[in-house]
Amino acid sequence: MIDAIRNLGRIILEGLERFGRAGLFMFEVMRGTPQLRKRGALVLQQVYGVGVLTLLIILVSGLFVGMVLGLQGYNTLVKFGSEDTLGLLVALSLVRELGPVVTALLFAGRAGSALTAEIGLMKATEQLAGMEMMAVNPLTRVIAPRFYAGVIAMPLLAALFSAIGILGGHLVGVGLLSVDAGAFWSQMQAKVDFYDDIMNGVIKSIVFGVVCTGIAVFEGYDAVPTSEGVARATNRTVVYSSLAVLGLDFILTALMLGEV
Amino acid sequence: MSVSTSKIGGTSDDALVKVRNLRFTRGDRVILKDLSLDIPRGKVTAIMGGSGCGKTTLLNLIGGRLHPDGGDVTVDGISVPSLSTKELFELRKRMGMLFQTGALLTDLTVFENVAFPIREHTELPESLLRKVVLMKLETVGLRGACDLMPSELSGGMARRVALARAIALEPMMIMYDEPFTGLDPISKGVIAKLIRELNQTLGITSIVISHDVPETCFISDYAYLLGDGRIIGQGTPKEVQQSKSDYVRQFMDGLPDGPVPYQYPASDYLQDLLRART
Repeated sequence: MIDAIRNLGRIILEGLERFGRAGLFMFEVMRGTPQLRKRGALVLQQVYGVGVLTLLIILVSGLFVGMVLGLQGYNTLVKFGSEDTLGLLVALSLVRELGPVVTALLFAGRAGSALTAEIGLMKATEQLAGMEMMAVNPLTRVIAPRFYAGVIAMPLLAALFSAIGILGGHLVGVGLLSVDAGAFWSQMQAKVDFYDDIMNGVIKSIVFGVVCTGIAVFEGYDAVPTSEGVARATNRTVVYSSLAVLGLDFILTALMLGEV
Repeated sequence: MSVSTSKIGGTSDDALVKVRNLRFTRGDRVILKDLSLDIPRGKVTAIMGGSGCGKTTLLNLIGGRLHPDGGDVTVDGISVPSLSTKELFELRKRMGMLFQTGALLTDLTVFENVAFPIREHTELPESLLRKVVLMKLETVGLRGACDLMPSELSGGMARRVALARAIALEPMMIMYDEPFTGLDPISKGVIAKLIRELNQTLGITSIVISHDVPETCFISDYAYLLGDGRIIGQGTPKEVQQSKSDYVRQFMDGLPDGPVPYQYPASDYLQDLLRART
């Protein structure tokens, strides 16, 4: 019993220590932000790495999620004779929820894990130590460009996910199930609000971008510099990012709707 | 233990690096015990010792990558442990370090790796930067490899590129961490020649951490032998090689047993076997 309590205490203390370390790490990354002005090219290069290279999985997933939404939505709405609102249902589901959330989950699995593995391996092969000895701070040269690239890429990827998802819903609803195309688009245009729906989705995706990329770069930087350590860090990135995204989604939704 | 460098023609005032009563621990394990030594300016100083004796730790303490538990390290009269991060980075611009693995940035070409510290710390125009980088690469004989990626280099070539990068900012001192480990005899010879030449032509103070006795003794002016977190022998390479100390003899002759025991400390062998049976 005493051992169990001791272990619990140890786990909590280690967790708090890590949390504190992560906080200090993010503070250092933010502090180096002004130096990014002369590293614009590096940020762009990383936007390509974490953004453009993640496009395929985002677009394909978005298309299929939209198609499934079209199919499921039509199946339910048709029972009430409201199939004309299918476009609205697909758009709201994607823009407010599925776009930011599924993009963040896919981002964590594709780009987040790659970031952690890359930074962890740089640590294991002494590249980060080498930079420090060349009087170059790895936090500003390696971490900050990757962090800001993730924060920039996430809302763009979420927007593309939602856009392609709406096209997927249109493909199924209008193309296969004969929903009126005019009704599909006009309902969407009339009822989707720029601030309450689209901007809320954008805010969510920016928050998810900060969280997912922050976790990914910290886990890489904090990884034990061995092959096992890097593997564990990569694993943690995906698990922590996914849990954080799902938990934060509820909190953000509650705040935005003002229901709780 | 304070060491005079008068034996190699200098006084302790000529020392570029002064280590005084340095103490470093990891958990309960004492890595360095009140270590004191001087690294003379403009010379090649070897620090030899078996694996895990604290050689690389000492290098990291000199470079400010680790903070000592006690004592002091001064480089060119500046106390390293008391420096702020900004001051430490300023000092490091005058220090080079060659890592055991080379530590080349794997996403940059050989040229860009050597150009990296120059781009970071200077505003040299591209045409001049190109000339400087090619000159550094020519020094290590790899100008022709400037467009290769680090993954296309052999271990010896990677270390030569890392050496070109280490001298890119023309430092006053270079620390070599196990420069010969894992290299074939030809590459070892090339690295040894480069360390010696850089020291002679550029007057760079060199600290070579190694356990490769022949190569290290061949290029060094003075040698320290580290064991059990302290200095167990020192002098010119010839003096160290002729030392009668049991510790020094075990290391220099590569004896499996001696003051450094073959067996890792363990409980009684027979009792251990009997316990395993039950």
